[in-house]
Amino acid sequence: MTDQTTQTPLAKPAPAKSGLFGLEGKDATLLLVVFALVVFAPFILNPFPEGSGMAQFNAGYPDLMQRFVIFGIFAIGFNILFGLTGYLSFGHAAFLGVGSYAAMWSMKLFTLNVIPGIFFAIIVAGLFAAAVGYISLRRSGIYFSILTLAFAQMSYALAYSVLTPLTGGETGLQIKNTDNPLLSSIPEGEIGRANLFGAQMGSSYEMSVGSWLFTFNLGYYIAALFMLIAFYLSIRIFRSPFGMMLRAVKSNQQRMNYTGLTPKTYTLYAFIISGMYAGLAGGLMVAMDTQVGPERMFWTASGEVVIMAILGGAGTLIGPVLGAGAIKYMENILSKINKDVLHQWFAFLPEGMENVMVEVANIFVGKQWHFTLGIVFMLVVIFLPGGLVEGAQRVTARFRRKKSTSNTPAE
Amino acid sequence: MSSILSVKGVNKRFGGLQALGDVNLDVAENSCHAIIGPNGAGKSTLLNVLVGKLIPDSGSVVFDGQSVLGRQPHEINQMGISRVFQTPEIFADLSVMENMLIPCFAKRDGAFKMKAIGAVFGERDMVQKAEEMLAEVGMLEKRDMVASSMSRGDKRRLEMAMCLVQDPRLLLLDEPTAGMARADTENTIELLKTIRRERGITMAIIEHDMNVVFSLAERITVLAQGTPLVEDIPDNIKGHPKVREAYLGEAQV
Repeated sequence: MTDQTTQTPLAKPAPAKSGLFGLEGKDATLLLVVFALVVFAPFILNPFPEGSGMAQFNAGYPDLMQRFVIFGIFAIGFNILFGLTGYLSFGHAAFLGVGSYAAMWSMKLFTLNVIPGIFFAIIVAGLFAAAVGYISLRRSGIYFSILTLAFAQMSYALAYSVLTPLTGGETGLQIKNTDNPLLSSIPEGEIGRANLFGAQMGSSYEMSVGSWLFTFNLGYYIAALFMLIAFYLSIRIFRSPFGMMLRAVKSNQQRMNYTGLTPKTYTLYAFIISGMYAGLAGGLMVAMDTQVGPERMFWTASGEVVIMAILGGAGTLIGPVLGAGAIKYMENILSKINKDVLHQWFAFLPEGMENVMVEVANIFVGKQWHFTLGIVFMLVVIFLPGGLVEGAQRVTARFRRKKSTSNTPAE
Repeated sequence: MSSILSVKGVNKRFGGLQALGDVNLDVAENSCHAIIGPNGAGKSTLLNVLVGKLIPDSGSVVFDGQSVLGRQPHEINQMGISRVFQTPEIFADLSVMENMLIPCFAKRDGAFKMKAIGAVFGERDMVQKAEEMLAEVGMLEKRDMVASSMSRGDKRRLEMAMCLVQDPRLLLLDEPTAGMARADTENTIELLKTIRRERGITMAIIEHDMNVVFSLAERITVLAQGTPLVEDIPDNIKGHPKVREAYLGEAQV
């Protein structure tokens, strides 16, 4: 028996490359689930009929759906650096901003087609990340975080002031009627619009079923396609030798050095890749909504992606996407609930009680949604250090245990 | 026998402390050379010089005809020197198998290779090599365990397997049995003996435990206050009056 157990693994051939685009088992399932969620998002996010009291919880409108996938990309990229190598960058919004500016200039000067703009954004953000990463990675731990934060704040300050000719300063960049891109012909005096080979980002198809209204927006589906590609690539990176080396960086750099490897080089490449993801997100933002301002690079924006990754589950594949979705949902839905809405909700209560309940509930909604986010974040960090993904795992584990105890033990 | 590692006239001073004073040492190819000495004799300093962590003030360290001075630890590893640490240095968060694959990839691909798309376990040659090594040290059934969940002795075993899978020309061992239970120490000695016998790897071992030293070493250098006192075969070291005075006088044999 002992002989057999030691022999079988040797004899067993390594699993052949198969499955969906080279993904196996769980990963392929995960990709399919994400694909389905993204494609059917206009339905999934609009579960409540128009005009009903719950309609304000519907998130299936183009603007917000675009934000879900774009910040999803941003968080997936951030997670490649933070989740795998453990290096906490506190300046990733700089790459987002640089990507946005780059895409903007591509549209102003070159073509209003979004594709070149997006690729331009990825390349410029990647180059910028290479420079910032090269310097910041001379230190690790908190010093690395502070260096990246310093770079991002520097970029913000420069965009705000000195680089005004390039960034439009405080007002930022928009497409103006004086812009005449090289490859796009725009009638004199008209403002060009971002498009994909002529199809405009804003164009939507609305479908009403009964009292439900579903919106299918071109811009969203383009962003979603990029997000699926980004997600797929991140799975491949996680499972690759390169991804394993990145986890080794987090685990033990000393051993890496004495194994003949250079952890710094691996980390730098992870930094550049995640910078390119941020650039892609920034480019897509401009493609969806043709404007950019320096506040996109402000340190709170960098902090937001950190919270997204941790809330969802740093180092997991799907976690950052969930975190981005949760935060953007709260930011857009919770913040829209005001006292009038609350009064409607608690109208069934006696007058005095109603007012008390409205005042209490009002602490958590509207402009105070950050407070709710803070509480949720604290609860997750304290009780679910692995983020929302860990929560989901615990729930399924409990579910399975119940199932197995109720059934007669199998096998 | 020709020497694979030769240390000549190495001096290292930390402020007012002469950590190493004119150290000369030759490790013969295919031998097991132990370096012993009381606390503060400069054993660890010497080891750190050998692996590129410290640069001596003067002297030369030549490995296989090439100087190791001024090279980074990863370059020295690629020359064929592997190091086992006092406390096992492994990738604690990774599985045993991944711990084994990393040195395999490092050996094949060098210090850095961007291979971000293929699957780790799709690299059959590497997986097979790692499995063979794990089988050799008797850890194959633990391949999917997270490394941090294993016993100290198993971690040590894994670390050695990680070094050996790279086929090093010289294995440096820094107190490989420090802090181990008796049984683990015996196991480690057995493992090292097997490695010596079957693979013929040259070893340089720094050790406190006389039991380990005398059951493994073919040659012993005694270091005291940063200077080599005696170098001889184990039998002669045991009874050497100078050694007794400097070292064995204060420890039990």
